[in-house]
Amino acid sequence: MTTLSAAPKRRLLNSLWGVIAWIAGIIFVFPVIWMVLTSFKQEQDAASNPPSWVFTPTLDQYVTVFDRNIMPFLLNSLMASVFSTLLVVVLATPAAYALSLRPVAKWTDALFFFISTKMMPAVAALLPLYLLVKNLGMLDNIWTMVILYSSMNLPLAVWMMRSFLLEVPREVLEAGEVDGASTITAIRRIILPIVSPGLAATALICFIFAWNEFFLAVNLTATNAGTAPIFLVGFISSEGLFLARLCAAATLVSLPVLIAGWVAQNKLVRGLSMGAVK
Amino acid sequence: MTDVITRTDPKPEQVPVVPPKGGAKDRWIRRAPLLPGLIFALIITQVPFLFTLVLSTLDWNALRPGDRSFIGIDNYVTVLSDGRLRAALLNTVLLTAGAVIFSMILGLGLAILLDRKFLGRSVVRTLLITPFLVMPIAAALLWKHAIYNPAYGLINGLFGGSTDWVSSYPKAAVIATLVWQWTPFMMLILLAGLQSQSEEVLEAARVDGANAWKIFTKMTIPHLRQYLELGALLGSIYLVNTFDAIFSITQGGPGQATTNLPYEIYLTTFRKFEYGEASAAGVIVVILTIIVATFALRVISSLFRMEESR
Repeated sequence: MTTLSAAPKRRLLNSLWGVIAWIAGIIFVFPVIWMVLTSFKQEQDAASNPPSWVFTPTLDQYVTVFDRNIMPFLLNSLMASVFSTLLVVVLATPAAYALSLRPVAKWTDALFFFISTKMMPAVAALLPLYLLVKNLGMLDNIWTMVILYSSMNLPLAVWMMRSFLLEVPREVLEAGEVDGASTITAIRRIILPIVSPGLAATALICFIFAWNEFFLAVNLTATNAGTAPIFLVGFISSEGLFLARLCAAATLVSLPVLIAGWVAQNKLVRGLSMGAVK
Repeated sequence: MTDVITRTDPKPEQVPVVPPKGGAKDRWIRRAPLLPGLIFALIITQVPFLFTLVLSTLDWNALRPGDRSFIGIDNYVTVLSDGRLRAALLNTVLLTAGAVIFSMILGLGLAILLDRKFLGRSVVRTLLITPFLVMPIAAALLWKHAIYNPAYGLINGLFGGSTDWVSSYPKAAVIATLVWQWTPFMMLILLAGLQSQSEEVLEAARVDGANAWKIFTKMTIPHLRQYLELGALLGSIYLVNTFDAIFSITQGGPGQATTNLPYEIYLTTFRKFEYGEASAAGVIVVILTIIVATFALRVISSLFRMEESR
């Protein structure tokens, strides 16, 4: 077809694609870069038009955000995310075991029941949840959020853990049984070491979804149990618009998930697809 | 209520694991690890729905205390004959479809780029997934104020003009924000699909003289079909519930232009306090979801069969 031989031609093409990919990546991440840059500006630099690229960086906005008491909100988010993740792992791992390695009779029904709860729109349950929680005196209580975030993430975790458990080689398990290992020993010695990276990935995904949750938090919490997203919203309405300060707050509340996601990025797709894609 | 959905189970011969045998005791031993999670999910997710059913038959406005009489299906009649719910349904479909389709197209393009070897590929991948990791409400506020703002937003700042993007193009503004957040998700799923193609088969096709376009349309796209379905399905499950972006970018406006079902029910519940009507709308949404989910789950179960047979 051409005088160039196939290999160098493809290498040239690939580096051209590489340049395009880099440009696309930078365009995509640009709003985030802009958010971080703006968070280090003074308000007058942030609100300038055309946008200011050269400015003296300042930490003033972060100081203000901490002055407005962001800490309790971050701690609430941390509590809701960590405890709900723990509860999910404790409930989902045995359930996934009973749906994969030693399955119950109707394991497919159970599996699809879990995922169908994920499809139910949260909004349809909002009012009864609100009324029940209110009658129990649990409005604006962080443990309410722990329970609700657990039920929100449970289907995801069951499906994900099941996909990791199915990777335990059958032969290894059978060899263990022949050697007379009890079920508990088999779980501890054989299964857990194999699935522990999967367990960590599952926990990270659950943490991410719980940390970012807004809909239930905005309707069921207020000053006591308000989570980081609630701080962000309340911050806007009480302060009017201060772009640099908003960017500082947005950067702060996004940071834990950014870090968790970057760390877990190789497992991210598997978690998001509930184990369907490896 | 979930019975309808669970009947799409794969056939027994596809069961990747040994079926249980033995007596009642053995069955309970097998069931025991499942029960805590199952009961938890049943209580937390099903009880509220039953409660919604009851509430939907009451004439209950929280601003009129004491008055909660049973009115049968009147709330359903009110909600269905009021144009707001239909408008919200249409907006939900438009916003979800718009966001899913555009993020899918962009995600496919990016996945194809990332499927090649080039310098710093893992860095570019990290850059590309970053939008998905920004807290959704933070992303929505960022786009509204730092990007769309007519006076000092980035778009007008870079390209001039004084367009108020959010009020001039409310739907597009919401969709663009969602597409920015969800493209990485689609990209990751499609990239996994691309990388699961057999390199030998592709190489063989090249040796046989197939050009890149032919390989793409005749081999890659059919191979990707199930991944495209999975991305569309999971993306829709999440995006149909979009609330954060609407709450903070447009508040459902101007008028009702961007009010989707979650936002409409939220308004009925916590702004108008029409508890009965909000519940009826909720039940209608659940019924619609069950219809859609029945098809969706069929797709999922076929996908899982594919994965497990690999």
